Amino acid sequence: MRRRPLGVALFVVLLALVPQFAERWVIDLFTEILIYALFALALNLMVGSGGLISFGHAGYFGIGAYAVAILGTKLGWPFPIVFVAVVLLSAAAAGIIGFFSVRLSSIFLSMLTLAFGQFIWALAHEWKSVTNGDDGFLNLARPEFALTRPSFYYFVLGTVVAGAGILWLVVHSPFGRILVSTRENPLRAEFMGVDVKRVQVIAFVISGIFSGIAGALFALFNRSVFPAIAWWSGSAEVLIMTILGGMHSFFGPVLGAGVLLFLEREITQYTQYWPTVLGLILVVVLFAFPDGLAGVTKLARLLPGRKKR
Amino acid sequence: MNAALIITQFLNGISSGMNLFIIAAGLTIVLGVLRILNFAHGALYMMGAYICFSLTRGIMGMTGNFWLAVAAATLAVGILGLVVERVFLRFLYGRDHTYQLLLTFALVLIFGDIARFVWGSNVLSVPFPPGMNGATNLGIVQYPTYRIFLSLAGVTIAAGLWYLTQKTRWGRQIRAATQDREMLAALGLNVPFIYASVFFLGSALAGLGGALHAPTVSLVPWMDAGVIVTCFIIVIIGGLGSLWGALLGALILGLLDAFSSVFIPEIKIALIYLLLMTVLVVRPWGLLGRPGSL
Repeated sequence: MRRRPLGVALFVVLLALVPQFAERWVIDLFTEILIYALFALALNLMVGSGGLISFGHAGYFGIGAYAVAILGTKLGWPFPIVFVAVVLLSAAAAGIIGFFSVRLSSIFLSMLTLAFGQFIWALAHEWKSVTNGDDGFLNLARPEFALTRPSFYYFVLGTVVAGAGILWLVVHSPFGRILVSTRENPLRAEFMGVDVKRVQVIAFVISGIFSGIAGALFALFNRSVFPAIAWWSGSAEVLIMTILGGMHSFFGPVLGAGVLLFLEREITQYTQYWPTVLGLILVVVLFAFPDGLAGVTKLARLLPGRKKR
Repeated sequence: MNAALIITQFLNGISSGMNLFIIAAGLTIVLGVLRILNFAHGALYMMGAYICFSLTRGIMGMTGNFWLAVAAATLAVGILGLVVERVFLRFLYGRDHTYQLLLTFALVLIFGDIARFVWGSNVLSVPFPPGMNGATNLGIVQYPTYRIFLSLAGVTIAAGLWYLTQKTRWGRQIRAATQDREMLAALGLNVPFIYASVFFLGSALAGLGGALHAPTVSLVPWMDAGVIVTCFIIVIIGGLGSLWGALLGALILGLLDAFSSVFIPEIKIALIYLLLMTVLVVRPWGLLGRPGSL
C-alpha cells in the first residue's frame, strides 16, 4: 500500500512520455484509453463503492459530448465556459435521474437508468432543431492550446489525471466510506443517521459530472458527435470495462478500459462481430473471474513463494 | 379533430397496448418469480419476429403459413429461453443479482449479432396473414383487420394467463414463489422446475409478442432496444412483478403513444417519461404493485 503513490506517479510519467516516441496511432489509442479510463472510474464510483448498477451512463457521456458540440462549436462559447456548462449539465441530468432512480431497489435502479439513458439518446435523435438529429455535428473546434495531436494528448492526460485524483479523494473521503456503508447495509447506515438516498444521489451527481467531462473529451477527440454516442451499448461497454478491470479495486476500471479498447482495436480488424466478442468476454469474466483482472492480480499475490503484505 | 380520428387512435392504442402486454407479461412473470431482470427479453422478442419472418417465407420447399410460423416461433423462442436458463442463468442464482443482470446483457449483445449474421442489417418485413391485410367496417370507422385481431389475441392471452396463474396448481406455485420463494423449497416443491418453466413461459411470451408484432413493424437487428425500454417502463408503472399491472401499464402506454403521436408528436417521448416520473413520485411501487414488494 505504501508504495502505491510512487507506482502511480511512475505510471503517469510513462504516459506523459508516450507522444515523445510513439507513432500516431499509438497516441490516438492512448488518448481514447485515457478518456474511457476516466469514464469507467466515474461509473465505478457508483458501481464499486455504491453498488448502484447504472445502465444509462452513455447518457451523461452524450450530454458532455453534445454540450461541446452545441455550445462550443455551434454557438462559439469560449472553452472555459463550455467546460463549466458540461459540468453543470451532466450534474443536473445525473441529479434528476438519480433522484428518481434511488427510490427503487437495485434491480429497478438498473431498469430506470437504462430507460433514462435511452431518453437522452432519443433527445439527441429526435430534437433535430438543437441536435441536428442523425446528422450530428462535424468538425468540432478544439481549444487553441490543444490543436496538435501531442498537445491534445497532454490536455486529455492532464484532465484525466486530475479527474482520477478527485475521484480517488472522493472514494477515500468520509463520504466515500459512507457510500460503501450504504451498499453493504443500507438499513444499518440509516440507523446510524445516514440519509441513504441523499448519499446515493450525490454519488450519481459526481459520477455524472466526470462521465460528462469524459464525453466532452471524446467529442473533441473525434471532432464529431452523433446520437449513437448515447446509445445503450455505450453504457454496457463502460460497465464491462469496469467489471473486466475489477469493480472492487480503484484502478481496476483503468486496466479494464485499456484492455478492452486494445482488444476492440485488434479484433475489429478481423471481424465485424465485436459485440459477440464483448458478450463472450463478459460471460467468461462473470463465471471465471468475478473480481475482474484486478482480482486475478490480487489472487496471484497470495500464491506461495510470494510475500504477503 | 373528429370522432372517427379519436376512435381510430383509441383502437390503435388498445391494439399496440395489448401487443406490448404480451411481451411485458413475460418480463414481469420472470421478474416476479426469479427476481431476475432479463435484459435479453427484448432480444427474445426480436428472435420471435425474425423466426416468424423466415418461417412465413417457407422452409424446405414448404409454403409458409403465418399461423404455423407464429406457433413455431413462440415454441422456438421458449426453448431458446430454456436453454439460456439451464446453461447459463441457473449457475448464477446464488450470486449477487448484478451478475445475472450482466449475463443477460451479454446475451443482448450476442443475440443482436446473431440476428445481424443470419438476417442481415437490411430492413425486412412480414406480410399480413391472408384475409387480414384489409380493413373491417366497424360502423363508424374502417379499421385494419390485423390490428383488431391483435387486440383480441391480447385479450385471449390475458385470459389464458389469468386461468394459468389463478386456477392451476402450477399457477398457485408460481404465485407463491412471487410472494416468498424461500418457502417453496421448504414445502418440498421442485424449485428448479418452477424456475425453468417460468423462464420458458416468459421467453415464449416474448417470442409470441415478436411474431405477432412482425407484420406491423420493420425488422432490424436493433429493434430490441425500443421494446425493452418500453417494457421496463410498463413494468415500473404497472407494479413490479404484477401481471395486471403490466396489462394496465401496457394499455396506458399504448393509448398515450397513439394519441400523442397525432396531437402532440413533438413531445411524445417526453410525455412517457413524465408519466413515469409522476408514478415514481406518487407510487414508487407502481400502480398495481404492493409497497415493499420488491
